[in-house]
Amino acid sequence: MVGSKEIIKVQNLIKQYGAFTAVNGISFNVYEGEIFGLLGPNGAGKTTTLEIIETLREKSGGEVWVDGKSVDDDKNEIKKIIGVQLQAAGYYPSLNLTELLSLFSGLYNVDIDKMKTLKSVGLEDKVKAKFKELSGGQKQRFSIATTLINNPKIVFLDEPTTGLDPQARRNLWDLIRGIRDNGTTVVITTHYMDEAEQLCDRVGIMEAGKIMQLNTPDALIDELLATGFTKQKDVKGANLEDVFINLTGHEWRDE
Amino acid sequence: MKKYNQMRAMLAIARASFRSTTRSPSAVVFTLAFPLIFILVFGFIGNNGGAHVHVAVDNTSDTLNAIYKILDNNPAVNLYADSDSEIYKELKKGDLDAIVHIEKKDSGYVVKVATSDIAVQNGQLFKGIIKQIVSELNLRAMPNIALPFSMEDQPVIHGREYKTIDFILPGQLGFSLLSTGVFGTAFVFLSLRQTLVIKRFFATPIKRPYIVLGEAMSRIVFGLIGAAFILTLGHFAFGFTMIHGIVTFLTMMLLCAIGLIIFMGFGFVVSGLAKNESAVPPIANLITLPQFLLSGTFFSITNFPNWLQPFCRVLPLTFLNDAMRKVSFEGAGFIDIWKDLGALGIWGIIVYALATKLFRWE
Repeated sequence: MVGSKEIIKVQNLIKQYGAFTAVNGISFNVYEGEIFGLLGPNGAGKTTTLEIIETLREKSGGEVWVDGKSVDDDKNEIKKIIGVQLQAAGYYPSLNLTELLSLFSGLYNVDIDKMKTLKSVGLEDKVKAKFKELSGGQKQRFSIATTLINNPKIVFLDEPTTGLDPQARRNLWDLIRGIRDNGTTVVITTHYMDEAEQLCDRVGIMEAGKIMQLNTPDALIDELLATGFTKQKDVKGANLEDVFINLTGHEWRDE
Repeated sequence: MKKYNQMRAMLAIARASFRSTTRSPSAVVFTLAFPLIFILVFGFIGNNGGAHVHVAVDNTSDTLNAIYKILDNNPAVNLYADSDSEIYKELKKGDLDAIVHIEKKDSGYVVKVATSDIAVQNGQLFKGIIKQIVSELNLRAMPNIALPFSMEDQPVIHGREYKTIDFILPGQLGFSLLSTGVFGTAFVFLSLRQTLVIKRFFATPIKRPYIVLGEAMSRIVFGLIGAAFILTLGHFAFGFTMIHGIVTFLTMMLLCAIGLIIFMGFGFVVSGLAKNESAVPPIANLITLPQFLLSGTFFSITNFPNWLQPFCRVLPLTFLNDAMRKVSFEGAGFIDIWKDLGALGIWGIIVYALATKLFRWE
């Protein structure tokens, strides 16, 4: 699926807040059709980087192109071809899902089949539910649904699985893979390494505003092993999460 | 690819915001419940009559005769000597109980008394006083001959009753618009920032001014629905006077829209100043409470001490209240209230200049 066309180009990106440098001269490319992960601990600069690419934040230095358009000149053109999921909500809490979809269909100037959209994220039973009445996982799924309304070339997901239970996380992974398989490029941030390993075609590991490593998860692991690294503990064929999933099932839980 | 239509996006926001507002209990309470409670309370309080008879002297009247002197000395009669053409309007409103006109004729004097059907009792009382004076003077002047003094009733003028509701309702309506404008706008933009709704909007192709316009539109529609409800209920349940019917109603609605837009400017200022939701009420109250008390919402400004009145008279709500009363009861049009509108316009310029400086997106 992964093409060789660079759909996002970031060159020497810098973001400063006063004396604090949140993003310190990073460069990377995202290829069309891949799931690209930005990993790192809280405060590493992932969200800032994402928001600059999404045109929600001004950069202090460097260059960013999205689908050949510069974030300096073509903000509105970029907004038309991307879908953005924020780390926290971003929806009128007292509106139901149909009403919110009407809102976003207006905001993106596209006509949509609301039922189909809700079905694509497994929320067809929640048509009349208010956003504030949804569970954490449902909120994230709805949020992803709104990012797909304009049929974007790229979707940005900022820590979509934070705070979710294992079932909800797995279901979200399936959803994200489905988006990629439909030809949409996905840029995701997370601080869960198992998630990145499962989901991402390539990852960049950020720390203190810099990208330390950038490669496929496999290559990064191999590189580490090549240095002679061994895990301290013997790894069993399964872990506790596998036990948990095996016991509690894989279905979407709508608490 | 179709050209992106900002208006369509704006209307989508307006619709969503309106739905959100109608589900917010505080918005409904501020816009409808408060004014309605006050209107109910004051709607049931009747008019209280005065102890004196208020009589204007027509400016063509003869004032050098005996009748006038006796009348002038009567403690039950408040005689207003230097009058103008306004007195007939005041008679209609019930501010005056009667107008007296004493005419000098060859044979003697004729007293003409004009009364209205609002102040029937005081009118009759005054006529009685005149009759008494006339017959006394007749007897004194010519005990044996045909009476030279006589009284002629003027046709009763049909006036309009200026009821308590006619004063109270515009004031309450004005205050409702003020609170909807200030509190509503301040809270909405603050919570849009806090719930990141506005940030999510930024990630779509809509331009920023259209976001504000969409939100503002929904507040205006909501506020005007509230105003229409108050006016209609006031008219049919409490006999609130809208002198030219539907024309007055529409003029009132337009006036409400103007007021609301200006008050929303204060709301933008508050949302710019407030760091969080708990900071909104103190700042907003600082703007609304003085106007609630001093802008002639409950009582006429003339009840306040003289030193305070100039301050009362420059408050935006005062101009709106005055304009609404002139429109509803006196049937004034937009040209007649140009001074009030001009003053509101100046307030609008000041407030929006401040709002654009203070407004924060994040």
